[in-house]
Amino acid sequence: MDLTPTASQTVGPYFHLGCTNNHAVSCIAGPDAKGERVRLICRVLDGDGVRVDDAMIEIWQADSEGNYNTPTDAQGKGSDPDCAGFGRMATDANGKCFFETIKPGRVPGIKGRSQAPHFNVSVFARGILKRLTTRIYFADDPANQECPILALVPEERRATLLARPDRGNPGDWFFEVHLCGKDETVFFDV
Amino acid sequence: MSLYPAYRATVQRTPRQPLIFLPHTLSEVTGPVYGRNAVAATDHDLTRQHPGEPLGERIIVKGQVLDDGGRPVPETLVEIWQANAAGRYFHQKDDHPAPMDPNFTGAGRALTDANGFYEFVTIKPGAYPWGNHENAWRPAHIHFSLFGPAFATRLVTQMYFPGDPLSAYDPIFQSIPDERARQRLISKFDLEITQPAWALGFRFDIVLRGSEATPFEG
Repeated sequence: MDLTPTASQTVGPYFHLGCTNNHAVSCIAGPDAKGERVRLICRVLDGDGVRVDDAMIEIWQADSEGNYNTPTDAQGKGSDPDCAGFGRMATDANGKCFFETIKPGRVPGIKGRSQAPHFNVSVFARGILKRLTTRIYFADDPANQECPILALVPEERRATLLARPDRGNPGDWFFEVHLCGKDETVFFDV
Repeated sequence: MSLYPAYRATVQRTPRQPLIFLPHTLSEVTGPVYGRNAVAATDHDLTRQHPGEPLGERIIVKGQVLDDGGRPVPETLVEIWQANAAGRYFHQKDDHPAPMDPNFTGAGRALTDANGFYEFVTIKPGAYPWGNHENAWRPAHIHFSLFGPAFATRLVTQMYFPGDPLSAYDPIFQSIPDERARQRLISKFDLEITQPAWALGFRFDIVLRGSEATPFEG
């Protein structure tokens, strides 16, 4: 049998039916989860700067101590049961979606260097043939300077991976995904 | 890259910069334990979600989910969504003037078993027109979404039916450059899965990329 991975196809315009009408997840970490509360606000824009109102964003993150809530986390430290770590939402008419969560801790990286706090992100939409994967880091976090993954990104493009705090609403962090165009977000080959 | 101008929506939605290679860390080799406790026993049967039976050709879609080492992927969530037999989605954005079916929503979920097998009972979806180009029609298809064990193994794809004349004209199907890879998105009619006097059977196996359980240590 051919074991080449099955080809990806777009989610199309009607993914809500199977993925988010009844199975959206906006709460990644419940109110009892340890750590700094974060409301993550994402907005998706296309190459013309037009808001994308039919995208789906999925988030995968560690708990406040850098442990993933899954049996495949080989650190063996256990994880915060109130931080499931997974969220997914469809964007609304403004191209936005929201997640209630906590700031993730630092997870082991490469060459003994731990990673800065980050969200792992998948973006799906009509017109995207294969999901796009990116990361969201926190602007002005000193750990960003040491992150071995951020270091792989050309310096002039790192800012595309930063969520920015909303000074008027403490705990709110805003992240924009630019699918293409002059502010194109960095996407990774995972 | 995934730019395929014949599928118009890709033009403003496809990155042009090269993807940055990401060595696998704990973030990529782990993945959510999502949906495992939330799948009801009847979620895999799309013909039994309403008081009456949906119209259309009843089918069984069955297959095995493997990783790229040939190992079965057990207990992973498989989600599907599709149009009804007339080619209409239960979705407010679908304005194709084909009838809705009050007995068909078109969404299902299942978990793979210990050997990686999943099974759905549904009706064969209809083809439908779309606005991509003049006289554009999507071949009959079922959308599939799978998680696998890791962030890196996530896959969304579409399953097609054998002998569909529309596939040759469909830019979404044709966007896959490799002929063999395209053919593997076409399910196979299977007499073993077919239930006598009840439903036709189609086989659709899926290969997820490996999860590389050991993170890159450099």
